[in-house]
Amino acid sequence: MIEWLRLFGGQTLAATARLGRSHMFLMRVLLGMPGLLLRPGLVVAQIYSAGVLSLLIIVVSGLFVGMVLSLQGYNTLVDFGAEQSLGVLVALSLTRELGPVISALLFSGRAGSALTAEIGLMKATEQLSGMEMMAVDPEHRVVAPRLLGGMLALPLLAAIFTLVGVFGGYFVGTVLLGVDGGVYWSQMQAQVSFTEDVVNGVIKSLVFGFVVSWTAVFEGFDCTPTSEGVSRATTRTVVHSSLAVLGLDFILTALMFG
Amino acid sequence: MQWTGAEHMQNSRLLEIGVGLFVLAGLLALLILALKVSNISAFQQTNGYDVIAKFQNIGGLKVSAPVTLAGVQVGRVADISVDQQTFEARVVLSISDKYANLPQDTSASIYTAGLLGQQYIGLQPGGMMETLQPGDQLMLTQSAIVLEQLIGQFLYNKAAGASTGDKAGGQER
Repeated sequence: MIEWLRLFGGQTLAATARLGRSHMFLMRVLLGMPGLLLRPGLVVAQIYSAGVLSLLIIVVSGLFVGMVLSLQGYNTLVDFGAEQSLGVLVALSLTRELGPVISALLFSGRAGSALTAEIGLMKATEQLSGMEMMAVDPEHRVVAPRLLGGMLALPLLAAIFTLVGVFGGYFVGTVLLGVDGGVYWSQMQAQVSFTEDVVNGVIKSLVFGFVVSWTAVFEGFDCTPTSEGVSRATTRTVVHSSLAVLGLDFILTALMFG
Repeated sequence: MQWTGAEHMQNSRLLEIGVGLFVLAGLLALLILALKVSNISAFQQTNGYDVIAKFQNIGGLKVSAPVTLAGVQVGRVADISVDQQTFEARVVLSISDKYANLPQDTSASIYTAGLLGQQYIGLQPGGMMETLQPGDQLMLTQSAIVLEQLIGQFLYNKAAGASTGDKAGGQER
């Protein structure tokens, strides 16, 4: 019993310490952000590896999510004779929720895990210590551009995801199910507002981009520098950032649309 | 990184082109979302003039609901409040400047689009020569039809009809 209590206490302390370390780490990285203005090339390279390379999975999933949404929505709406609202349903679900959330989940699996593995391996092979030896701060040189690149890439990916999804829904709705194309767009434009829905979606994906990238770089930087440690850190990145995205999504939705 | 100088230049050039394309595609997607998916026109405020209409009951009318004339949208509901003196709903209609020649005895009614759709205001032009000026109040208005009131009235009429039949016997209790 006592042993069990001790274990529980130890776990709690370790988790609190990790939380504290991650915030200290974030502070140090943010302090290194202004230095990136002198080396925008580092950020560009990270936008490439986090954003451009994730494009394929984002476009394909966006297309299918939009198509499935349209198909399912149609089957429900047609019972009420409201299939004219199909465009509204697809566009609102995508801009408000599915666009930011699913692209953040895919981003954490595709780009977040890669970030953790990369930094973790740099640590395991002592490249980070090497940098420190040369008086280059790895938090500024390695971590800061990755954090900023991830943060900038996700909103763009989410916008592409949403747009592709809306067109996928349009394709299924009009070509396969026979909803009038003009009604699809006009109902959508009448009901979706730019400031309420589109901008809030972008804000969500900015927050998610920050949280996912932060989790990824912190896990990489904080991992045990062995191959097992790196693999465990990569798993943790995906699990923790996905949970954080879903939890934050609820809070943000309650704040924005509640 | 064992690239030679030239290869490295080539590589970073490709990378920058890729990032440029990606950022452009993302911004373009946002732009299309703004223009095609949402009604960005609602945010570039077109010039209009405000007139006031007072209703007994506005039902489920919302701010920014459409104002129509002969079924064509001519404006939006700009503001809804309660008049502190008369306890009526005070609705400010913002009507586009294109329709500045509405007669002064134009009346406003609240309708519902479809069976369960959103509510909007329909204007019926009158016959006076004078035109509505900004800040004018519409003289004739017709409130929203509230379903519960309608049903209540119907039931009351039914009951009244029945009680006259059997000499008001059912009225006392």
